[in-house]
Amino acid sequence: MPAWTCTRHSDRASRVSAYGRPAIRSDARGALATLIAARPRVPAIRPSARALAWIRAVLFVSALVPLARLFALGYADALGANPVEFVTRSTGTWTLVMLCATLSVTPLRRLLGWPWLLRLRRMLGLFAFFYATLHFTTWLWFDQWFDPASMLADIMKRPFVTVGFTAFVLLLPLAATSTQAMMRRLGRRWQELHRLVYAIALLGVLHYWWAKAGKNDVAEPFVYALVVAGLLAFRLVWTTAGAVRARRATPPSRARAPGRPGRRRP
Amino acid sequence: MLLRTRSGVEPLPSEITPRPLYESRRAVLRAAAAGVAFWSTGAAYAAPAVRAAADAAPAKLQARPSSYSTMERQTPYKDVTGYNNFYEFGTDKEDPARFSGSLHVRPWTVSVEGLVARPRQFGIDELLGLAPLEERIYRMRCVEGWSMVIPWIGYPFAELMKRVEPTAGAKYVEYVTLADPAQMSGLRSGVLAWPYVEGLRIDEAAHPLTLLTLGLYGEVLPRQNGAPVRMVVPWKYGFKSGKSLVRIRFTDRQPVTSWNRAAPQEYGFYSNVNPEVSHPRWSQATERRIGEDGFLQRKRPTLKFNGYGEQVASLYAGMDLHKAF
Repeated sequence: MPAWTCTRHSDRASRVSAYGRPAIRSDARGALATLIAARPRVPAIRPSARALAWIRAVLFVSALVPLARLFALGYADALGANPVEFVTRSTGTWTLVMLCATLSVTPLRRLLGWPWLLRLRRMLGLFAFFYATLHFTTWLWFDQWFDPASMLADIMKRPFVTVGFTAFVLLLPLAATSTQAMMRRLGRRWQELHRLVYAIALLGVLHYWWAKAGKNDVAEPFVYALVVAGLLAFRLVWTTAGAVRARRATPPSRARAPGRPGRRRP
Repeated sequence: MLLRTRSGVEPLPSEITPRPLYESRRAVLRAAAAGVAFWSTGAAYAAPAVRAAADAAPAKLQARPSSYSTMERQTPYKDVTGYNNFYEFGTDKEDPARFSGSLHVRPWTVSVEGLVARPRQFGIDELLGLAPLEERIYRMRCVEGWSMVIPWIGYPFAELMKRVEPTAGAKYVEYVTLADPAQMSGLRSGVLAWPYVEGLRIDEAAHPLTLLTLGLYGEVLPRQNGAPVRMVVPWKYGFKSGKSLVRIRFTDRQPVTSWNRAAPQEYGFYSNVNPEVSHPRWSQATERRIGEDGFLQRKRPTLKFNGYGEQVASLYAGMDLHKAF
């Protein structure tokens, strides 16, 4: 049995995954196995609780490096001629990177068969929020100097600001409901709410694209667009392939209504 | 005896760190930052050999002062020469300083043609001696919302016009930047339709503020600033001031200029600095003065015609500048 079908992972991991993506239906697994048959063999790594704690610590520190770099460059007077612009761009870029990292957890854990990757997702998501907050604050403070009229004009009149601002506002409920307690409280609705991250990623890329479009320089936004498109496409293919196979394998009378939740692990 | 009082902002001579000392301090700090920024492209640190060759002893230029100069604080040389838009060398602000070393600025000829009585070519030495050089300390406002104060060296474009004698039919002038892929790495990208073309109405071109520019900060133009010869039109957004010019053509039709062609709804032919007319993607009401406004000081209001309204507003009498933006 390949590692990714592993159901008897550590108790805590199972609990987290129960609140994460829907568990894969057993009858869909065959189809998916065919789908990813060509994938290279990956060792079924199952880090111990201690190892996982280390992985999370390393990830945490690494995710702070971009911020540390800004401070180091600032201290060395090496942020260039336009430091505010430098910081705005850097924090914006790292927001997108963290968003992509967050969105890649599910595809990676399925392709590699490493369910424990899920336990890194909240941290990555919160770092996306962290850099988005820095990005937003740079605009609010050092670009707008808290001028409400100017900010409102910027948000209302300029589509790329509108889109960026919307994405940031949408991130707020996700960050607020990221705790274990909120997950439990919201139950199934938590997952529905957190699907907003797809919209946020698309808006984020659009924000970057439009910010660059007038300068006719969309090479970098294009890369992020490709990555986000790829990560979302993976989910579509994964879900559709699973659904098609499930319908074929199940007699019509017993077929589940589309959209009904799959079997949940305890 | 000349008595000088300390204004409070002026440091005592003894308090000023000697230049070599502070430069060496900065070098240490920068090296530290370079170590931290290990994932940045690295090109900036790989390129000094090219730059050293290109910058060997920039020729000094003698210029007389001008009453058109502003008294505002001049933007530091390192920012004037390190933060540039010159897409022929790449779209990042640091690209021109990094990659323009490949530009051959000598020999250089500028062809002046079109509706003129005496079309001809000018060698760069001839241009340098065409008229008395003046230092013009101008504000430079970029359409992106930042500004600098730059001590340019040149003479009025009108001096060149006198030499070639535009005919009565000449209503506009267009000036064209070199587009040689062998010297300009940025031309490989399709960011703009090359060559870069900009233009002015003939009365704008003849205005005494319009400067045919050959130097800055007492030296010939650095490559990243449009060596060896460029236009400077201080009341318009910076992109109107074409760099590294090879052709100047007088014409009866409004030139098709590069940014206007690329995004007509964002960049008009006139592109006069105007805080009342927003760019579709940002306000033009304020600007960040490079080297001054940033984390410690808020942006400053942008002035209509970049503060040169007294001299140039009459050029646009009766025009709706919201439409002719």
